[in-house]
This record gives sequence, structure tokens and C-alpha cells, in this order.
Amino acid sequence: MQAFRVHSGVVLPMDRANVDTDAIIPKQYLKSVRRTGFGPYAFDDWRYLDAGDLDTPVDSRRPNPDFELNDARYAGASILLARRNFGCGSSREHAVWALADQGFRCVIAPSFADIFFNNCFKNGVLPIVLEEETIDELFAFAAGGAELTVDLEQQQIHVGERQIDFRVDPARRERLLAGLDDIGQTLQLRAQIQDFEARRRREKPWLFGARA
Amino acid sequence: MARTLYQKIWDDHLVQTLDDGTGLLYIDRHLVHEVTSPQAFEGLRLAGRPVWRADANLAVPDHNVPTTDRAAGIADPISRTQVDTLDRNAREFALPYFPMADQRQGIVHVIGPEQGATLPGMTVVCGDSHTSTHGAFGALAFGIGTSEVEHVLATQCLLQQPAKTMRIWVEGALDAGLTAKDLALAIIGEIGTAGGTGYVIEFAGPAVQALSMEGRMTLCNMTIEAGARAGMVAVDDTTIDYVRGRPFAPTDAHWEAAKAWWRTLHSDEGASFDREVRLDAAQIRPQVTWGTSPEMVAAVDAAVPDPAQAGDPVKAQGMRRALEYMGLAAGQAISDIAVDKVFIGSCTNSRIEDLREAAAVVRGRHVAASVKLAMVVPGSGLVKAQAEAEGLDAIFRAAGFEWREPGCSMCLAMNADRLEPGERCASTSNRNFEGRQGQGGRTHLLSPAMAAAAGITGHLVDFRTLPSVA
Repeated sequence: MQAFRVHSGVVLPMDRANVDTDAIIPKQYLKSVRRTGFGPYAFDDWRYLDAGDLDTPVDSRRPNPDFELNDARYAGASILLARRNFGCGSSREHAVWALADQGFRCVIAPSFADIFFNNCFKNGVLPIVLEEETIDELFAFAAGGAELTVDLEQQQIHVGERQIDFRVDPARRERLLAGLDDIGQTLQLRAQIQDFEARRRREKPWLFGARA
Repeated sequence: MARTLYQKIWDDHLVQTLDDGTGLLYIDRHLVHEVTSPQAFEGLRLAGRPVWRADANLAVPDHNVPTTDRAAGIADPISRTQVDTLDRNAREFALPYFPMADQRQGIVHVIGPEQGATLPGMTVVCGDSHTSTHGAFGALAFGIGTSEVEHVLATQCLLQQPAKTMRIWVEGALDAGLTAKDLALAIIGEIGTAGGTGYVIEFAGPAVQALSMEGRMTLCNMTIEAGARAGMVAVDDTTIDYVRGRPFAPTDAHWEAAKAWWRTLHSDEGASFDREVRLDAAQIRPQVTWGTSPEMVAAVDAAVPDPAQAGDPVKAQGMRRALEYMGLAAGQAISDIAVDKVFIGSCTNSRIEDLREAAAVVRGRHVAASVKLAMVVPGSGLVKAQAEAEGLDAIFRAAGFEWREPGCSMCLAMNADRLEPGERCASTSNRNFEGRQGQGGRTHLLSPAMAAAAGITGHLVDFRTLPSVA
């Protein structure tokens, strides 16, 4: 996983609440059995005027000029700014894959849905929760195209001369800073898992053995 | 110390608390479907890791499968590839598996309980947000992303932060004919789609205890639409009676030992919750969503609300966008809204009891001429067989409903079943997001009886007001 330490980039302001994962990556793209290549389909229904699927050549699509992502002032944006309850709905990790593949390294919002929030940390994307008032200020700042710097080591956002503090759970921060693979780390506890499992099998044997 | 049901299950599955306070939780059951698993199996292959415990898994294709005749297989080559990939992965890693042709195939959240693969006190996970369904059994069940699917396959564990706890106590009794779906939508209307974020919700009180297991599953299924990853209901006789005799359920001496443990799966007297919400079931009227978020919900006899009355500007803006997308105007009577299609199915409402409730409304009536398509998609092959044994299929067909093969179908339109742009659907599913049932499609969420009535009259209506059949 790509580590996240300090990142500077253009902010894309997306002034909408309850952006759900169906909107971030519509169902027709979930048929892919790969982990990459979802970037061009991020926000597909809002981003293009015509319908598409995995077979449609992306260069044949008609971009929606009214959608923020197609606004030249935000070209190359890597920090997404949104309203409350971002990433609600389906658990599809494809939503984070699509954002990451589109180039987003960080999402800032007043609140996130739990599963999406969790999925971000597995993919080197940093979700930052800030107060609604601070979010309002950032929307004012980002309008028209602006860059900011997110420093996960210091847990600070640098907006021009101003610093905004944020908090990330220490365990998640450590893993993101180091770009650590959870599975490898958990398997270091193999013996403990085996002991726990052996005891469980003794005490509740009916939880073991499939009959399908 | 008095513990909540959530705390009991957490404690029972805690392998280790890491230095940073993260819990390493043991997972008893992992359900697998074709959409969120291929990248996880690929990850195992790339890292050369085996599956930790194959028998803890149960795999089934459900999202992409056709609901029409399956003899010819899946027409869409991309859908077919995804299902073939699951076939191959299940075989390679020796997972218990119900392929598309197996009569036990169905929606993963229907077949887990149906097989007894979901049992009280278990931790149950799946790469699907509606895994919350299984909490109906007094289990801790929640949806995970694909990275976590890989983590469970490789380690049989998950890293979890303890959640906050909320108890939603539902006093009184639902009016006759009202269902868990109405209760779930009313709760979401009350606490909002982010009201449960960060919480595990325990549903309790007389109106919850009175629900069947099917009803409890519907209620817990919709917990994720309130933002909570998991919903739960304490174990009682209803739970134990449902589980008894299921293929994966314990038998004989194991059954007695299991039952003794299951009887302890409730929150202790005096256990404290981080948040308590109380509702009176008797106040609830049949619910219908009018917008593009499940919290945009109203009683069927109400009017579409006015964004100008919302107060909060972010909320008002969301309502305006929703009304525009839905092609509705503030103040319009909900019962004046005409529908083009009707979908009865999904992991929320495709169990036998749901089909019985819909059939009771449909019996002796016919789908309105203005309705282009009304379809019933049973949750599993076994639900379908049971419904056919009861003659429900004949009632639906005689009324002009299509009777289909089991799967997720038009809940998320990954297969061929979908709305065309602008089409309006009365749907028993769980999400009314923009484009959920097909790009440009408009979804109204409601109960099976209400969906059936919309099909008969061609518009949203309180099913209790239908003229009686001659």
C-alpha cells in the first residue's frame, strides 16, 4: 500500500451531502475483476452526459461541463472536499479504488460512512473529518481552484498561512504513514489466533465444519 | 458488570487487544459473493497465502445472475466472467459453494439464515453492506470492503475498533398489515441516514419482539441505511425456533449446549448504551420514500415535503436536488404518484413471509394497465420452491406479475433487470439513490404489501384502502 505522509494538491469542492458509493462508482463497473482502472468511471452518472459501461471507450463519452470534476480550474485535483455522510451506502471498495485511480489521495468532509472510511485506510487514501464551520471555510477557500497541503505526521492542513489541526486514530495513522499491509501484521499473531481457534473448537464445536 | 449484547459478542470473539486499542476479532462465518471477492482471491494468490479456514466460508453468486431462464447461462460476457471467476476461486480454495444451478442458490443474506449458516452469537461478515441482516439472530454481523475480505480469508480475523452502542426501543404494536419495512423506514426517517454512524444498534421493545425472524432480518438489513454497520436483536424463542433443524444448525447434544449459550445472548438488565432512542409503533403509518436517500421518507397519506421548510441549508439543497431528480413537486400528494414498474425482491424483502404478504394483496386482482412491468424475485431457490408449493406463484402470474429466478436483480441492476431513464418504480429494496436501479431511474422504497398495491392501482397507495375483491 502507498504510504501517506505529506501531500500537496488542488482541492476539488463537491458541494453535496450524502454522496453515496453508487454515485462514486455505479454498478456496471463492479463487474470488473480487477482492482485498477476505475478512475475514468469515478462519479460516472454525474461526470458524463451519456451512459457507459466497461465496454464503452472513455474517449467517446460526452463530459458534463456542469460537473465540478470537468471544470478546468480543478484539473488534476487530488484532494476532495465534500459535505456530510460522504461514502454512504454500499460497501464496495471499488469506490475508494475509483477515487484513488482518479488521483485523489485525501477526502475532507464533516462526516463519513463507516465502511467507506475504513476502506480508505486500506488503500492509502486519507479521510479527514473536520467541523462543519471549518468545512464551510474550506469551500470558500477552494472555490475557483486552490492548493493545500495535508501533513499526516503533524496532523495539520496548511491553507495558505493558516493551519488547521485534524485527528486520525493513532493505529490507523501509523499504518498509513508506514504503508503497512494489515494481513502481514495480523499473521504475526498466528499462534494466538490458532490458540483461540482451538479453544473455540473445543467449547463450541458446532461452529466448525461445513456441510454444503 | 452488566454488558450489552454487542459487548458480549465482542468479548467472546476477542483474540487479542493490540497495543493501540484495536481489537483482533475472530470471524465465525464469512459469506462470499462474486462482486466483492475476485480482487481478494487475486491478492491471496499474489502473496502465496492460503485460506485460513475454508469451512468458515459460504460462497454463492447473486448480484449478476439472470432472473429469467438460466438454461442458456449468463448472456452478458462481463457478468459471466465474474460468476465464472467465483466458480474457479471457490473450487481452487475449496470453499463451500452453491453455484447458480444449485436449488439452494440465492441472495447471500437470504441463504445464510435459511441454511443455518448464520447462528446466534456468531460474528458474520461479507463484502456487502447488507450483512447487517444477520444481526437479527443475535449475531454481530457487518459489511466489509474487499481488503477486509482478503484479510478474513487469510487470517479468519478482522481488526476492529469498538463501536458505540445505541438501543432503539420500540414500544407498542404496529397496526395490522404494517411490517418491519415500515418500522425500518420510520426509524431512518427519525434518526437520519447518518444517525447510526459509528454505532452498533440493538433493536428492542415489544414491537421488535413481536416480529418474526423474517421481520427482524428486514429491520436489521436496513440498519446500514441509518449509517450503522450492524443492527442486532436479542435471542428469544422466535430465534431458536427458526434455527432448529436448518442444515448447518447443531443437532442433538450440540443443540442443547448451543441453546444454553444462545439464551444468554441479550443485553443485561442495567447495561448502558451510548445513545437510547424510543419510538411508539402505534404511531407509524405505511411508509414510502419520495427522495434519493432512505431518510427522505413519509407516510403514504402525506405530501411531498417542501425544502423551504427544511431549515438546515445543506439539507434543503439535498431535498431540492432529490425532487428535481425524482420529478416531483413539494406539496404533491404521495398517493398521486404513478409508477411504471414494481419490484418485489432483494435481501430486504424476498423471504417467504414477504411474498405471502404481497400475494395476499394481489390475490383476485390484476396489475394496472399503465404498469409496464411488475416482477417478483424470490430470495433463494428454496424460497421460490416454498412459494410455489403454497401456490403464490399462481396468484402473482394470474395478476400479471412476472415470477422470476432468485438473485439481487433490480435492487441494484447489475444483471439485465433495470429501470430506463425517467422510469418510476415501487420497490421493496433498500436504496433509492440516484441511478441505483438503472441510470436515471426513480425509486420509491416501501413494503411488499405496498409494492403489490402500487402494481394493482398503478400509483402509490395505502394497500389497506383497496376495494375488496368481489
